[in-house]
Amino acid sequence: MQIQVKNLYHIYSEGMPYESVSLEDVSFEIEKGEFVGVIGHTGSGKSTLIQHLNGLLKPKSGQILIDGIDITSGEVKMSDIRRRIGLVFQYPEYQLFEETVHKDVAFGPMNLGLSQEEIDIRVKKAIELVGLNYDEIGQRSPFELSGGQKRRIAIAGVIAMEPEILILDEPIAGLDPKSHADILEMIKVIHSVNNTTIIIVSHNMGDIARLTNKILVLDSGKLVMVGTPAEVFSQADYIESLGLGLPPSAHLMNELRKRGVPVSRDILNIDEAEEELYRLLKQIEGKIDA
Amino acid sequence: MIRDITLGQYYPGDSWFHRLDARVKIIWTFIYIVSLFLIRDFWGYVIVLVTLALIIGISRVPLNFILKGLKPIFLIIIFTFVINMFMTKGTPLIEIGFLTITKEGLRNAFFMGTRLVLLIIGSSILTLITKPIQLTDGIEKLLSPLQKFGLPSHELAMMMTIALRFIPTLLEETDKIMKAQMARGADFESGNIMRRAKSLIPLLVPLFISAFRIAQDLAMAMEARCYRGGSHRTRMNGMRLRKRDGVAALLIILYLTLIIVQAQGILSLLMMSVIQLIQAA
Ligand SMILES: Nc1ncnc2c1ncn2[C@@H]1O[C@H](COP(=O)(O)OP(=O)(O)OP(=O)(O)O)[C@@H](O)[C@H]1O
Ligand SMILES: [Mg+2]
Repeated sequence: MQIQVKNLYHIYSEGMPYESVSLEDVSFEIEKGEFVGVIGHTGSGKSTLIQHLNGLLKPKSGQILIDGIDITSGEVKMSDIRRRIGLVFQYPEYQLFEETVHKDVAFGPMNLGLSQEEIDIRVKKAIELVGLNYDEIGQRSPFELSGGQKRRIAIAGVIAMEPEILILDEPIAGLDPKSHADILEMIKVIHSVNNTTIIIVSHNMGDIARLTNKILVLDSGKLVMVGTPAEVFSQADYIESLGLGLPPSAHLMNELRKRGVPVSRDILNIDEAEEELYRLLKQIEGKIDA
Repeated sequence: MIRDITLGQYYPGDSWFHRLDARVKIIWTFIYIVSLFLIRDFWGYVIVLVTLALIIGISRVPLNFILKGLKPIFLIIIFTFVINMFMTKGTPLIEIGFLTITKEGLRNAFFMGTRLVLLIIGSSILTLITKPIQLTDGIEKLLSPLQKFGLPSHELAMMMTIALRFIPTLLEETDKIMKAQMARGADFESGNIMRRAKSLIPLLVPLFISAFRIAQDLAMAMEARCYRGGSHRTRMNGMRLRKRDGVAALLIILYLTLIIVQAQGILSLLMMSVIQLIQAA
């Protein structure tokens, strides 16, 4: 077990009149190399949860074990945790600060205390990995780039630290379709090349269904569902009652079912949807012929 | 972490004090601050403490919430205390090497320290029980007579409103950027002064950029809604003095009288004779 979360509680502004319980008795496990999606409507505690995983927030009670080591006990060195667990924040482009793209991406690796050659290699690799041309962009100021390019640079800054676990908080929010596809492709590459564990927060159910092998569903700070995409999205009514959507294909099938068309509940993507519709058509043809 | 600062915060509630007109509360705070410098002796502090206790009790602001506000200035209080303790000349009490603590010094240190604490508690109560918007409205109203002499009271009040409004936003922004840089291995806590100052760059640059962006967005939004400053603007919730504000004014006068009486030393004389009477009986 790489990540083990046990009975996690978190309260913001404890003791103030406006304190709010943001995580309540959350427990789950993640194996090495898994691709995990975190969904839940706005304010359900997704960002709060993932900030616990690399020790940026301290829980009120509960445990977080990374490879069996409890990171909530005061004894572990935070720098070791952050070396192993990379976290890309929501709207990471607002954290850029250096004069050049190269220096900004190098900030993380430098804090790890790597040698200059190693840093340069990693920076170059990370920038190419997020789909930008290092020679073209490396010496430019990050502030003169477009929004999508800034986002990529910010992500590169975390990737260059080469974490074993990469956590991304809504990495594709507000991007154009091309950047959207590029960044997801890049995450897939990182996942498959180094067997990096990926945890991704997203409101795009299509992406979540397509990429992940496990989904955590949060609602008002509680973990209400854990399962494979098929398991989670087959509970269409429940998911919708939480204020969440379904992947496009599952949504189509769900709407058809509501109109009385007898389609299966377990459709997640376009291929399965196509097959299911063929099956149905054949069935109808069979009936007409008979 | 950085959000735990309570100085200048509003503590929501619906007590008699919360509902008082902001102008009354501002005037009260001024009188309170002045009164702290009129205190002569122990009995003066009794008056102030009883008054504060009453206000805190009735407005139901938890005491630990108020005391938390003292934390950032704790050092200053200690400093005042120590300086007064060692630097006052008089009858020596204890001698430690070249330092001497005098009787007068101890007395001074105690009075100055208490005065500072009371000063801060009193003025933070004003912001704790008054909504920021009402506070600035109150200041604007109180300053408006000075408009005749060219004081831009509306603009001043608007600037204060905006500043107050954006303190939490900027703190939130600071918190967010700090966490994001910490996730990249930034270390804001260790090292000598030079290193620490340098480690602030990854925090300050994005923070300034955010601040300018927020300011620009706000200016644009205000212009889009045709904001054009002072004259001829009316308020959605006009300020009106009510009966309770009258009561409060009477209480303020009572407080002021008590303070002046004790400043003349009459109160302590009176109390002394009462105590003597009790002892005699
Ligand atoms: N720093 C904070 N102080 C106080 N309350 C907070 C803070 N951050 C978040 N909250 C509250 O905690 C709850 C969970 O917030 P969180 O940011 O984890 O939600 P989220 O699921 O990430 O939402 P979104 O999809 O909008 O990003 C919300 O009710 C929010 O108001
Ligand atoms: Mg979030």
